[in-house]
Amino acid sequence: MNLTLKIWRQKNSNSKGKMVDYPISDISPDMSFLEMLDVLNNQLIEKGEEPVAFDHDCREGICGMCSLYINGEAHGPDRGVTTCQLHMRKFKDGDTIYIEPFRAKAFPVVKDLAVDRSAFDRIQHAGGYISVNTSGNTQDANSLPVQKEHADRAFDAATCIGCGACVASCKNSSAMLYVSAKISQYALLPQGKVEAEERVQSMVNQMDAEGFGNCSNTGACEVECPKGISLENIARMNREYFKAKASTKD
Amino acid sequence: MSKSGFFNSSIGRKFAMALSALFLMIFLLQHLTINFTAVFSPETFNELSHFMGTNVVVQFIAQPILIFAVVFHFIMGFILEARNRAARPISYKRNSGGANSSWMSRNMIYSGLVILAFLVLHFIDFWIPEINYKYIEMNAADPNRYYSELLHKFENPYRVIAYIVAFILLALHLLHGFGSAFQSIGQNNKYIDGLKKFGVIYSIVIPLGFIITAVVLYMNAH
Ligand code: HEM
Ligand code: SF4
Ligand code: FES
Repeated sequence: MNLTLKIWRQKNSNSKGKMVDYPISDISPDMSFLEMLDVLNNQLIEKGEEPVAFDHDCREGICGMCSLYINGEAHGPDRGVTTCQLHMRKFKDGDTIYIEPFRAKAFPVVKDLAVDRSAFDRIQHAGGYISVNTSGNTQDANSLPVQKEHADRAFDAATCIGCGACVASCKNSSAMLYVSAKISQYALLPQGKVEAEERVQSMVNQMDAEGFGNCSNTGACEVECPKGISLENIARMNREYFKAKASTKD
Repeated sequence: MSKSGFFNSSIGRKFAMALSALFLMIFLLQHLTINFTAVFSPETFNELSHFMGTNVVVQFIAQPILIFAVVFHFIMGFILEARNRAARPISYKRNSGGANSSWMSRNMIYSGLVILAFLVLHFIDFWIPEINYKYIEMNAADPNRYYSELLHKFENPYRVIAYIVAFILLALHLLHGFGSAFQSIGQNNKYIDGLKKFGVIYSIVIPLGFIITAVVLYMNAH
């Protein structure tokens, strides 16, 4: 396949950045999108040019490190996959492909296509855990009965890999899908209920402090999420938040 | 209740937005019910309008709440819009919004602005003359004036067209807004699919009812 890539190039977080065109040829439709970028980078290095910086780690769709806004969609046109699992067969010979970094005030560009998503870590630090020392103290799993439906929903929420595609896709750069998944995975289980009220308040406060937008319920996040995290989680987070605000005294 | 920060939080703001919107949607139903009587019975319309225009509870309790809800809703709409824009200072060169969300959901501020422009016109048309008639000129109550005044307004085809355009935008606003309001107050449960279907009916029937009323009045006036 022969393609024209339009890639966002930006030296560092302070410089301005612009789109640069790169023609590329002989791309196999069986390559992953990141492999295609590897080919481009090899060519750039051979020419003595600066390779394009982009994030990746596992390359098997489980770590959440890869990103990219491809032809106007987070993780590209395919559904339920991360960019590392997107294949070139989803494109046609001769296509022009726009490749941009995830855009949000809370996700500043570090270089080229790599953005700083540590805002998610800080939200997680604010309450995405249970304060129990589990090492060596693991209790028998059957001693705490959990309703099957709750277990399933908590598990579904826990599949969020923290990639940030929800933020990138949202017209408001809202992080509600991510935060609601992290809140739901605990709120649905007995172990998480103990600290549920403080958790939802601290995590939402941190989310707001990081400068993410509000939710307009467009549903774009749910469509673009590689893990199919449901909007139900956002409704649950909202309920958890009202409950917490109604019962906590100041 | 720890109110500190609730209405300054992203979730609290949307909760307030949804409550004002739910109130407005109930109000629209009531408003249409009364308007629609003008289509088949000017007498009933006069009676109901006279009641609404003179009842103390309606005038001095319901009406201020309504005005507050409308003003609150659009001011909060502007606040949310400003914050949401600030959350993405650099926009995408290429963005396929249509691939993952509806036009209505992405353009609530624009449908809202058209509704707001309509509300200004509507106030100039009906509310200000009412206040003037009752509280400034202190005219005696006349239970039979309402229908003829209404008919007089709808003689003008441009006004009818403006009303129709505004109601189409209202339908678009509600097609997203109805379901969105329930999501905002945390109600995404087993009833949501049914509720959303009802929302589609509501969002089409209510504006259509207003449009039919306007068109019928225009025809009756000529
Ligand atoms: C009778 C008139 C109106 C009704 C019934 C109405 C109804 C609604 C509903 C049901 C929602 C969804 C609430 C939510 O997502 O929680 C909404 C959202 C919205 N409305 Fe209205 N609305 C009206 C007038 C207006 C006006 C005059 C504006 C002026 C700008 C406006 C601007 C907005 C905006 C910007 C949103 C989206 C907020 C967001 O999700 O970020 N609306 N409206
Ligand atoms: S909710 Fe989905 S899109 Fe958002 S961070 Fe988690 S996995 Fe990524
Ligand atoms: S590189 Fe790990 S999910 Fe794509």
